[in-house]
Amino acid sequence: MVCEMETDQTEEMDIEVLSSMWPEDVGGTQADNNQFNVEKPAGDSDTLKEVDIAEKRTMADLKRLPELMNTTDQGSSQLTNLVKQWEYMQDHAVKLLREELKILTKQREEAEAKELKIIEEHNFETQEPENVPVLDDTSHLLRRFKHTKRDALVGSKRVEIDEEFDTVAYWKQKALSLEKMLEASTERERRLIEKLNESLKTMESHSAPVEELTQNLKRAEGFLHFILQNAPIVMGHQDKDLRYLFIYNKFPTLREQDILGKTDVEIFHGGGVKESEDFKREVLEKGKASKREITFETDLFGSKTFLIYVEPVYNKAREKIGINYMGMEVTDQVRKREKMAKLREDNAVRKAMESELNKTIHITEETMRAKQMLATMSHEIRSPLSGVVGMAEILSTTRLDKEQRQLLNVMISSGDLVLQLINDILDLSKVESGVMRLEATKFRPREVVKHVLQTAAASLKKDLTLEGNITDEVPIEVVGDVLRIRQILTNLISNAIKFTHEGKVGIKLKVISQPSFASEEQNGLTETETSVWIRCDVYDTGIGIPENALPCLFKKYMQASADHARKYGGTGLGLAICKQLVELMGGQLTVTSQVNAGSTFTFILPYKVATSDDHSDDQDFSDMVDHHQAEPDDTTEGYFQFKPLLGTIYSNGGPVIGNSNFLPHKVMLTSPLKIINGFVADTSNNTGQSETAQVENGCGYMDETCSGQRPESVNQYENGTCPSKETESCSSSSQASSEGGALEMESDLTVSSKQPKLLLVEDNKINIMVAKSMMKQLGYTFDIANNGVEAITAIKDTSYDLVLMDVCMPVLDGLKATRLIRSYEESGNWDAAIEAGVDIKTSENDVHSTNRLPIIAMTANTLAESSEECYANGMDSFISKPVTLQKLKECLRQYLH
Amino acid sequence: MNTVVAQLQRQFQDYLVSLYQQGFLDNQFTELRKLQDEGTPDFVAEVVSLFFDDCSKLINTMSRSLERPENVDFKQVDSGVHQLKGSSSSVGARRVKNVCISFKECCDVQNREGCLRCLQQVDYEYKMLKTKLQDLFNLEQRILQAGGMIPQVNIS
Repeated sequence: MVCEMETDQTEEMDIEVLSSMWPEDVGGTQADNNQFNVEKPAGDSDTLKEVDIAEKRTMADLKRLPELMNTTDQGSSQLTNLVKQWEYMQDHAVKLLREELKILTKQREEAEAKELKIIEEHNFETQEPENVPVLDDTSHLLRRFKHTKRDALVGSKRVEIDEEFDTVAYWKQKALSLEKMLEASTERERRLIEKLNESLKTMESHSAPVEELTQNLKRAEGFLHFILQNAPIVMGHQDKDLRYLFIYNKFPTLREQDILGKTDVEIFHGGGVKESEDFKREVLEKGKASKREITFETDLFGSKTFLIYVEPVYNKAREKIGINYMGMEVTDQVRKREKMAKLREDNAVRKAMESELNKTIHITEETMRAKQMLATMSHEIRSPLSGVVGMAEILSTTRLDKEQRQLLNVMISSGDLVLQLINDILDLSKVESGVMRLEATKFRPREVVKHVLQTAAASLKKDLTLEGNITDEVPIEVVGDVLRIRQILTNLISNAIKFTHEGKVGIKLKVISQPSFASEEQNGLTETETSVWIRCDVYDTGIGIPENALPCLFKKYMQASADHARKYGGTGLGLAICKQLVELMGGQLTVTSQVNAGSTFTFILPYKVATSDDHSDDQDFSDMVDHHQAEPDDTTEGYFQFKPLLGTIYSNGGPVIGNSNFLPHKVMLTSPLKIINGFVADTSNNTGQSETAQVENGCGYMDETCSGQRPESVNQYENGTCPSKETESCSSSSQASSEGGALEMESDLTVSSKQPKLLLVEDNKINIMVAKSMMKQLGYTFDIANNGVEAITAIKDTSYDLVLMDVCMPVLDGLKATRLIRSYEESGNWDAAIEAGVDIKTSENDVHSTNRLPIIAMTANTLAESSEECYANGMDSFISKPVTLQKLKECLRQYLH
Repeated sequence: MNTVVAQLQRQFQDYLVSLYQQGFLDNQFTELRKLQDEGTPDFVAEVVSLFFDDCSKLINTMSRSLERPENVDFKQVDSGVHQLKGSSSSVGARRVKNVCISFKECCDVQNREGCLRCLQQVDYEYKMLKTKLQDLFNLEQRILQAGGMIPQVNIS
């Protein structure tokens, strides 16, 4: 770099000016500091540092430095540079002098030529011999003067002579003027010689390179100090073992002897020290200069971040002998940068959260809209359609001729189909939009299977055998969503029947161990609850499903093939719904099939096992309840053994005792067509037939035994029709069939010795009026409370056998009231109620009964959450509003015996 | 004489069926009719008139609550709708009940416009039903005056 600077100034003779790029004045201020490494304290440094200066701080090993300069590449190259620079300057000076010399030589030659000419001229003009020797003697000088003179005067003035040519005076004059010219010339020559000598002298004075170099070095050092005076920079050199040999630190906190010869690790302690040491070592090993930012956390100078540049140092033999390092404190910058990054990050996070929130809001809105849609759909489509179907059904009860009846039947079945389709779609969208809630009710799996088969048999128009098979281990009662399970079973069974033309269709239930796909969390059962996994197979001997159609079997609107769709009809939604429902309940639905041999749909579901002392909540099986109450005890072993499905049909109205305990659990129901065909009004052989069923003989025999059923049971089949209206049809059928039973009940109740005490909690006076009238018909009287508080007051004073509790009431609703009553039963005091703000005056004659008071909810909401809430709040059962005589009767019968 | 009774009976039957068909009534009304016996010959009429009184009162209260757009006491409206729903469901006033269902939905989302619409509808429906039932009871009276029996009408 120095050399480059020099080349720009070749025209200048003054070496002093050319020689250095370092500012002179800076050099001057540092003149007394002859060493590189001597510190000049900053003017504003604190007192401590000034004290340091007083001790003459030098932060480098003076002996080592020159050595270092001599041995390292960097050092030698600097020296080489200086030497080169000096050499160049000398060369330059020599060159200039040579040029000067050349000019002078040229001038002399010209002057000689001139002189010669003059002499020739003179000889020609004067031809005076006496002058010649003089001229000859001085010819050499004369020639030079002449020449110089002419040169100096620019275009040589001729000597003006006034005298007449070739007279004595003339020659004299000429001689005189020539002599003057000669003198001037001599003078010039002398000066030139002087100047030459001077030049030579200055050259000599600059010939010593050491002094020159020292000067340059001084300037370099001065410049460095000038630049680095206040820079937060630390520089250093460390040897191969990373021991400091040299350090430059503007604001030193350690003294020389504390640093030199030591490694970083020996000097500092704290965060970052090891890292920097490792980094230096890495650079040393790799031999490649590199930069890194390191944050130090030391006792010595606190938390500071340095940008560190480290380069390896080689000796002349290209061996590594250490490293140079330079660190600049960038703590503030790093902090700012980090703050910025954090701000940016926060910003990004906030933005992400915002968009997430927006998304959630959007989804929620969508869900709300979907729910709204569902509600609207169900009302807007279902209501008029039920109207159409209902009216058609009413129409069918009127007098019609044969053709009209046929047309009407088509109308009804089509209407039912559309209703079914809409129900399917609604179910599916309910499951998908997450609106579908599951209800947990106690139910008897055997009864469900029986009922499903009964229903299917009722509408069966094929020569098929329907069978149910339930193993012993299946509990009598389990808890699950019986409606959904029945929906699945009905769907699968009707599917099976649809695709089966001969042979049999059946349901098999057995208990299995927990399947691998279910974890404890998944099925939502805790350790304390006993749960059971039941596998249900719905099998048939039908046309089967080709293997390639299996994957899309559970997809919406899909059927095995277009041919099938045409031939068998259907929406293609049934299986999709089944699968979704099963999965919603935490189970799995699978299928195996063989073409022309049949299919088996299997679903595995978890159930909670119902505790046997509770009453059944399942109101769909009024006939069943009848039957079981005739039994000595549900929990006796004999009952657990076999669940007679067929037997219950027989028992309906017939002699009950003795036919149930030892019936086979494998039961076959045959087509009602056959039953009707082989109808025999013989009720006396019930028990005998049951025993034959136990033999499990062939179908023919079974047909015969079944054909002996009473007409009522056949009616019942026919009433329990399509699955979509299952609950309605069930209740209507039981209603219809229990007309006679009601009378019987009434008489039973009226003769019972002790009139049960009932409490009706209801705020709506019309409801009270209706309920009162119903109770009267049933032969009961009751007390009335208009809200929860009144109910609690009443219960406090009187011992009731049963409470019918409205859920939604002013002042204190039914759920809260029930909770408070339950709390009283447990604790024996009304503290909880008092705490809840119910004004209770306890008195001596309070009846305190620790028996659990049956509380039946009356709820207008038939939504799932409502009934769950009833149970959760300690209610025993619920009647959905509007209350009917039948429902009330069922309920009272269940809880008052 | 007998033909008049038979005619009236037939008229009564048809009229009642039409009320079911047009969705004014549902099974709960049948329940109600079942509860009526010699001891309480006017049971249905009593309940129903109580119901209509209730309707008129509740509708008045609710319309007052909905009067001012900026200050609607939805809680009070809700309680009214709840009452009305319970009563209509108990007497089998199907159309009124159905309107109550949508009324409740509007109320839940605090949709005043919807509430007002439903209120009008409920008012209309209950008055309609009132007229219809009045006619029905008049028919009943005429049958009884003519010395006939109120015929059993099987709706399902």
